[in-house]
Amino acid sequence: MSKGNRNFLADKDIQLILGTLLRVGVISSMSVVFLGGVIYLISNSSAVVDYNEFDPGKSGLSSIVAIFAGLKHLDGAAIIQFGTLLLIFTPILRVVFSVFSFLIEKDYLYVLIGLFVLAVILFSLSNKLAG
Amino acid sequence: MSVLLFTIIVLAGAFLAGLVGSLTGLGGGVVIIPLLTLVLGVDIHYAIGASIISVIATSSGSAAAYVKEGITNIRIGMFLEIATTVSAIIGAVITVFIDPGYIAVIFGLILLFSAMMMIRKKVDRSDNDTSGKIAVFFKLNGAYPTENGQKKYAVHNVVGGFLMMFIAGIISGLLGIGSGALKVIAMDNIMRIPFKVSTTTSNFMMGVTAAASAIVYLHRGQIDPGIAMPVTVGVLLGATIGSKILVRTKTDKLKIVFAVVVTFLAIQMIYNGLTGRL
Repeated sequence: MSKGNRNFLADKDIQLILGTLLRVGVISSMSVVFLGGVIYLISNSSAVVDYNEFDPGKSGLSSIVAIFAGLKHLDGAAIIQFGTLLLIFTPILRVVFSVFSFLIEKDYLYVLIGLFVLAVILFSLSNKLAG
Repeated sequence: MSVLLFTIIVLAGAFLAGLVGSLTGLGGGVVIIPLLTLVLGVDIHYAIGASIISVIATSSGSAAAYVKEGITNIRIGMFLEIATTVSAIIGAVITVFIDPGYIAVIFGLILLFSAMMMIRKKVDRSDNDTSGKIAVFFKLNGAYPTENGQKKYAVHNVVGGFLMMFIAGIISGLLGIGSGALKVIAMDNIMRIPFKVSTTTSNFMMGVTAAASAIVYLHRGQIDPGIAMPVTVGVLLGATIGSKILVRTKTDKLKIVFAVVVTFLAIQMIYNGLTGRL
């Protein structure tokens, strides 16, 4: 019973940190996207939109390297994409965090399962899948 | 259309999507994809990329509110993510090889199904009968706090739920949506997990699954900053306000109204897909 109680308390702490992590991720992502959006609109607001045909190279911001390169020039579109990246990485961080909490609980089966899920996501980062 | 006007229209639409989404439990993609393709003439591949962003935004946004209650079963979520992340990536990879018309038709059918699931009365089938060996081995059975102390529950038919989640993941990667309706089937009906646990756990999984396919879309250039910006800001604002209203509103009537709207959108998507206009 005492063991169960301790885990329950640890779980509560973890939930609290998780909630904060999610909130920080969402708020920072939205702020960055908003900032980029303002810069983007200032320089592009009267341009004409053209999304009728899918053109893979259109934005030129389809890799993490390209996004970081654009950030250096304070390019509005690149800042938006960086904010989007923050949003994408928030749930991934949640998995990383869970793996650590399983490690603390010494639940090695779930450490393995979590690492597998992370490996799948990392595999999608490898850029060979886009086709 | 100028960039400014386009941004304003998408921002308003995304705000509505986030608001209605958090009130009815339907994901943002249900509104975003038809708005972009049918109304604004955006290519469906861009619409899918924008939609997946809205799925992550809603998931993380509402999860931050949910976690406090502490009833997400991280083990069930993580275990089923083995299925959903692999299949979401498969879906995201094959989506470009499928004719946009067919994608629109599949999307329309999923919309019809989601509308049906939304108005159907949900029955909590959870119990604490003995569960199978797999559920015990993977420590999926759990408990959640109620007014009368901890209530235990057993997870059933793990293999069936796992396979259903695999299908949900493929659909999610293919269409850029959260496939919440299919996840409900897997968790509530097949595995018989109590609502209190399945809602938040499915929300947790949705973000992780969407992140896996979002990366594939990003590399392919399907996530365009000009569309992603109003979608992210709009959905997050809408979902935040929606979750505040949710506490003091009855959503039954709203669900029926929204089901009618979604059915109409579904027929439009199927019709346009079949006639090759998308």
